[in-house]
Amino acid sequence: MQFDPFVIPFNLGLYFIIIYAVARSVVWFRELSRPDKLRLQRGFFGRAFGASLKEIFLESLIHRKILKSNFRLGYMHMSLAFGWFLLILFGTIEADVFGTSHLNAPYKAIFFRFFNPEHGRMGFEKFYGFLMDFILAFILSGLLLAIIKRFYSRIVGMKKTTKLKLTDKVALTSLWLIFPSRLLAESFTCGAYGTGSFLTGSLGDWLASFLPAQQMAYPFWWLYSLSLGVFFVLLPITRYMHIPTELFLIFMRNSGIRTGDKAGSYTEVQIHSCSSCGICIDACQMNFSAGITNMQSTYLLKGIKRNDDVTDIAYNCLMCGRCDQKCPVGLELSPIRMIERRSGDSNSHYSNVYRGYFRKKPLTLPERPNGLPSYSFLPEKEPEKVDVLYFAGCMTHLTPSIKNSMIKILEASGVSYGFMDEEGGVCCGRPLMLAGQEREARELINFNSQQIWKSGAHTLVTSCPICYKVFNESYYLDVEVLHHSQFIKMLIDEGSVKMRFLRKRVVYHTPCDLGRGSGVYEEPRAVLQHVSRLEKTKYDNENSLCCGGSLGNIKLDTSSRHKIAGDAAALLTRNDPDILATACPLCKKTLAPVTSTRVSDISEIVAEALMEHSVRRNLSKQLRSIKELANIS
Amino acid sequence: MADFGFTLSKGRQIDYEANDKRIAEYIYSREPSFRLCIECGGCTATCTTGNFTEFSLRELHILMKRGENAKVRQNIRKCMLCGKCTLVCPRGVNTRNIVFLAKEAFQMFDNHAV
Repeated sequence: MQFDPFVIPFNLGLYFIIIYAVARSVVWFRELSRPDKLRLQRGFFGRAFGASLKEIFLESLIHRKILKSNFRLGYMHMSLAFGWFLLILFGTIEADVFGTSHLNAPYKAIFFRFFNPEHGRMGFEKFYGFLMDFILAFILSGLLLAIIKRFYSRIVGMKKTTKLKLTDKVALTSLWLIFPSRLLAESFTCGAYGTGSFLTGSLGDWLASFLPAQQMAYPFWWLYSLSLGVFFVLLPITRYMHIPTELFLIFMRNSGIRTGDKAGSYTEVQIHSCSSCGICIDACQMNFSAGITNMQSTYLLKGIKRNDDVTDIAYNCLMCGRCDQKCPVGLELSPIRMIERRSGDSNSHYSNVYRGYFRKKPLTLPERPNGLPSYSFLPEKEPEKVDVLYFAGCMTHLTPSIKNSMIKILEASGVSYGFMDEEGGVCCGRPLMLAGQEREARELINFNSQQIWKSGAHTLVTSCPICYKVFNESYYLDVEVLHHSQFIKMLIDEGSVKMRFLRKRVVYHTPCDLGRGSGVYEEPRAVLQHVSRLEKTKYDNENSLCCGGSLGNIKLDTSSRHKIAGDAAALLTRNDPDILATACPLCKKTLAPVTSTRVSDISEIVAEALMEHSVRRNLSKQLRSIKELANIS
Repeated sequence: MADFGFTLSKGRQIDYEANDKRIAEYIYSREPSFRLCIECGGCTATCTTGNFTEFSLRELHILMKRGENAKVRQNIRKCMLCGKCTLVCPRGVNTRNIVFLAKEAFQMFDNHAV
């Protein structure tokens, strides 16, 4: 029987983490809602299984997404994850093939060299030794990068790296110690017996030339086993929990489970799947424009994990969704933040470290004893019956030229339309939602829904992406909701409006709620291409910037907003275009004061290009729009 | 009393000793821009809620600073947080956060009053 006391720490750690992972998975599975349970079962035993395995290989081991966006960072993650995986895989095969017996306990593979010091002298054994050394060298190269990154993050192309807590530091130290101690332990053993390949062999020979290799090896085997054991035991309360959790996450996601708007198992799994890689910090404009580095998604998730009070972090975010796009694990960060905003301050802060091993109790909505309606003053109106209803939105009322342009376009289109908030309407409800005040938001949503329903319209056109998103997602309406860029695109395709070509160079700023928030990228670009020379920028589509004016952030001060807006405008107008086009009144309002380039909404550009003779002669309506213009000037 | 078509305004004084400044203090400590307000009334002029009912953020600001919270408590919930006031404010006061914090403070100090 091959056994030595030094394997005990490793064994304890390994069995602890296996039992823990199984228990936690069972708890998570039981917490899932019934439909989600069925989804997961179907996903696990169905076609999604193959896709999940492929994704686990590509993302959890190779780290393809990180490799694509940042090669050095990706290499670091890949060498540690994929390298370690290969080391375990080939180590197990080695122990099985060359060891004394088959189907060994895991420690015999991990400490193979200690129990078989004479192994690897010739032939195939020698080649296998070379392979194992090569894998170890591969891991060590990544580890070297990781250590340098911790102290000098620019080496891997990262401007900022995540700040760590004490337990993280202990776990990190034990992780860092694992592979160097393996290297030294194997080298000393090889040095003593004259075995080993290019790495352990030559290092061993050199060390044995001036050190008593036989005696030196044993303490390093202990260190190797201890650091593995400590790492496994600390794993559940540190960020390294993402290693086992991410597998679970990939299966859940591929089975079709989504975050939704309530906290639950999936949210918890996502929170534990965050590896704190820090890519969200680099993507965040609050970081690179305003220098605020304590509220990014990785810190939010870490705070929730540790059961800290994350209220301030949760609210101090533009909700632009850039981190959602960049997250290599594919976590739904904005929905998690919204859940956290709605849940308010949960009064259950614990500080004991050991409590971290147990799951946090699920978030529940705080009781609000005062259930009175907030907006009972809103008047009941009987709107006129129309086909198309135009909802300008609060922000459009602050930028009247957008409103007037839209009226001009609607007139020219010849559709029967009604102006829902002509005399200043009710807010769409999204700002309240973003502030976590769901109940109040629902009141406004119900009021507006009634108005829309009463008008009998089949299409609702809005000028504001903020309204567009909430109409689409949170209203239960039987109407087609269109942003005005989509509506204009429709008019152009139908041929109901004629436009001349403006000889202007235009860059397009995608508003967050329209682009990443609602997935409308193509229509605004098509409209702009139709009337002007649309130029590309580095910040198109998914990589678009936030203007900084976002209603998503309640806490951000005005000067920081100016910094974000200034940077965004400067980046977008680098090639000095004639017009900086956008599709959002709030973006226009935020960007216009910080740049000398003309900032225009799509509707304004289209109204400018509109051929006069195509405007229908409809006197009453025309009079009304003239009156509109008179009111403004 | 005979109706002459006009009345004398009621005598009133602000009793700073008796007034409850907790709400204002709560906001001051979390949103320093609360101090920047010059009471110009721009927020009230553009207000979405003010379009439908009597609601003046400027008035509520002044009342909170004085510590006369009764009217604030009744009215603050009418705000829709739409953000127009923040955009028009010439002093860069983060008005949305002030409303948000005021609601929070009432929940905390006044037994879930809002």
